[in-house]
Amino acid sequence: MLPDFSNPADWLPWAFASLMGLSILIYVILDGFDLGVGILFPLATPGEKDLMIGSIGPFWDANETWLVLAVGLLLVAFPTAHGVILTALYLPVFVMLVGLILRGVAFEFRAKARDQYRNLWNGAFFAGSLITALAQGFMLGLYIMGLEQTAATYAFATLAAVFLAVGYSFIGAVWLIHKAEGQLQTKAIGWSRGGLWGVILGIGAISLSTPFVSNRIFDKWFGFPEMLYLLPLPVISAALIAWLFVMLRRMPFPQDRFSWLPFAVSTGLFALAYLGMAYSFYPYVVPDQLTIYDAASAPESLFIILVGACVVVPVIISYTILAYFIFRGKATELRYE
Amino acid sequence: MEALDTLILSRIQFAANISFHILFPTITIALGWVLLFFRVRFSQTGDDKWMNAYRFWVKIFALSFAMGVVSGITMSFQFGTNWPGFMETVGNIAGPLLAYEVLTAFFLEAVFIGIMLFGFSRVPGWVHMLATGLVAFGTTMSAFWIIVLNSWMHTPQGFEMRDGVAFATDWWAIIFNPSMPYRFAHMMIASFLTVAFLVAGVSAFRWLIGDRSREVRAMLKTGITLGAVLIPVQIFVGDSHGLNTLEYQPAKVAAMEANWETQPSVPLVLFAIPDEEARENHYEVAIPNVASLILTHKLDGVVPGLNDFMAEDGTPLHPPVAPVFFSFRVMVGTGMAMLALSWVSLWFMYRRHHRHEGQTTGHWLAVEGLPKPFLWAMVPMAFSGWVATLAGWYTTEIGRQPWLVQGVMTTEMAVADVPAPLVLGTLITYLAIYAGLLVAYIGVIVYLATKAARGDGPGTTAPDPALAPAE
Repeated sequence: MLPDFSNPADWLPWAFASLMGLSILIYVILDGFDLGVGILFPLATPGEKDLMIGSIGPFWDANETWLVLAVGLLLVAFPTAHGVILTALYLPVFVMLVGLILRGVAFEFRAKARDQYRNLWNGAFFAGSLITALAQGFMLGLYIMGLEQTAATYAFATLAAVFLAVGYSFIGAVWLIHKAEGQLQTKAIGWSRGGLWGVILGIGAISLSTPFVSNRIFDKWFGFPEMLYLLPLPVISAALIAWLFVMLRRMPFPQDRFSWLPFAVSTGLFALAYLGMAYSFYPYVVPDQLTIYDAASAPESLFIILVGACVVVPVIISYTILAYFIFRGKATELRYE
Repeated sequence: MEALDTLILSRIQFAANISFHILFPTITIALGWVLLFFRVRFSQTGDDKWMNAYRFWVKIFALSFAMGVVSGITMSFQFGTNWPGFMETVGNIAGPLLAYEVLTAFFLEAVFIGIMLFGFSRVPGWVHMLATGLVAFGTTMSAFWIIVLNSWMHTPQGFEMRDGVAFATDWWAIIFNPSMPYRFAHMMIASFLTVAFLVAGVSAFRWLIGDRSREVRAMLKTGITLGAVLIPVQIFVGDSHGLNTLEYQPAKVAAMEANWETQPSVPLVLFAIPDEEARENHYEVAIPNVASLILTHKLDGVVPGLNDFMAEDGTPLHPPVAPVFFSFRVMVGTGMAMLALSWVSLWFMYRRHHRHEGQTTGHWLAVEGLPKPFLWAMVPMAFSGWVATLAGWYTTEIGRQPWLVQGVMTTEMAVADVPAPLVLGTLITYLAIYAGLLVAYIGVIVYLATKAARGDGPGTTAPDPALAPAE
């Protein structure tokens, strides 16, 4: 899996694929919980809705920026793949953008527009979050199916769309367990318990179907000795699911201890599932068509971006942590004062 | 319907998206700095009027920022969905510039806006001020990188073509390409002018519906003064930008002036209907020699004509004349209206400065000195910056056609092979959403202004001491 570090044409595409993979993972977890909170919106009372918005308000914009970075890295590091993937996913990308537009502006409008429009913007916030999650899941499904567009791949993509939306609402619910208290927290625990079943089904369905899409992926997983090395991946995932299952049954703990733990464990679970997928597709950026080496930009252009990224990304991560630290603790209704 | 092919539809779609998008960065780039100004004035004077002004405008900033973010994301995907040829050909240049925009600007603004908006009572005052400054800096950096890339598309240099793909040879030359300093200065000032007139217009509206609060006076004076100071600077910068364009993209200037023949002593066409078939102007109203004077600073200077940019077979190699000609005139006309309104208003406020809050104080300007018609004129002018900015961008972008990257690739070479009905369908949806959002956006600004004027917004309430910044 490791490239030849003495040859820039070999390690630069690898470094960029890793960086892009990392930003997609961060995006899925961070904007995943934002979008999940949006999907859970109709289940809450008006007062709870304000608290839910308060739990994501200071972060959503920065969370969404990881998507811009991911698609930006795809664009700048693998321009050919960017064109192939995005033209193949023309319609779902468009639907996702509509969802992101609705979700993003609804945040602001619901707080500022006249009261009689408030429900309209609440609806737009929910619809935007749900549409975005479904579109992203649909794209994920088509991507797993090698971007082929047949009735069967659409059916699979539809299934993936539902599972990703459920997955996002699950991670949104565990985020709320940490950020909410009282009635809303109790509700969030209930939502998480239900959502966990969807996550089990979703991870199961995608893990089982991916190897059967192509012989190459099948051999990567079920060859010998790869199977032995990879065994920890499903085993740890199963252990994390079991842990979540037991923990969510017993929450909330006295004095609200470990309210952050379900979110942390879920993050681990999502990361493992994502790692498994990344392993399946490496070194392809367009499944079974283009490798990261075929699609990469000129090494000198990649190098100048990497220099900047090495300086700036640690800074970005540190001020992101600072923002989460400043807005730590239980969510309150957002105020500009 | 033959004309409505994928190319033209994709161009309309991109133009629609980028036109909608630019409205909001145009506001946030300068409004960030204006907010920092209000915030710093509050720290210096401890006068609540500055903090009230800050609290009023920070809402509009937040709303504009969200609109800019969501419409900007659309842009980053459209490169791939509609224009894959662009990145395949010049990706080695455009890629790093866009990457630097994301890395140095997007994250900075996106993270610190949370602290700027909601952190006032959670962080010490200096951190809040720093966050406000970093958001303003981030929006400016974002503008810088995107203008670098756009300018490079107009005046490309510092690269070589190998097998039809551009490779960077000199990053310094790419970043500081010939039109970049002019375009960046022109756009930055355009943004400040947009905000100056927005602040003045919204404040005038609040004044006219009876709001006599001290922050309305402060905001009106800030807006009008900023506009009056910057508009002459903008005219000078715009003129320099035009001379730069004359040097590097003469066909664009010829279209702006609707000048068909290369000749000396060219008149300034005030109005005409340019006819590309007949290759002449109808109903022309012109002032002799003035175009030569403006473009060459000599009465008999030679100005390039459109007929020099024709292929052997008679197909034009210059941009479509009428759209460039008219949008240029809309921009200049709006600029002149801005000049007149801001200077006359400033003069009235100065001449009657003794009327300041009904007493003679040390103030130089009095809002009370403004005649009502001028206040009313300011209200529609609140969005004059948008009109001028869009018209200016149409001039320069349509003026680059048929090129996407001047002399390197045409727009046609970049377009994706997507079925035209699909592009049309998504275009209509975008337009519907944008129209709805624009109505909602302007509606909310009017509502916030009315609410603040009625006194039930935070704009006029006494600040709660418990909500003062933590020290």
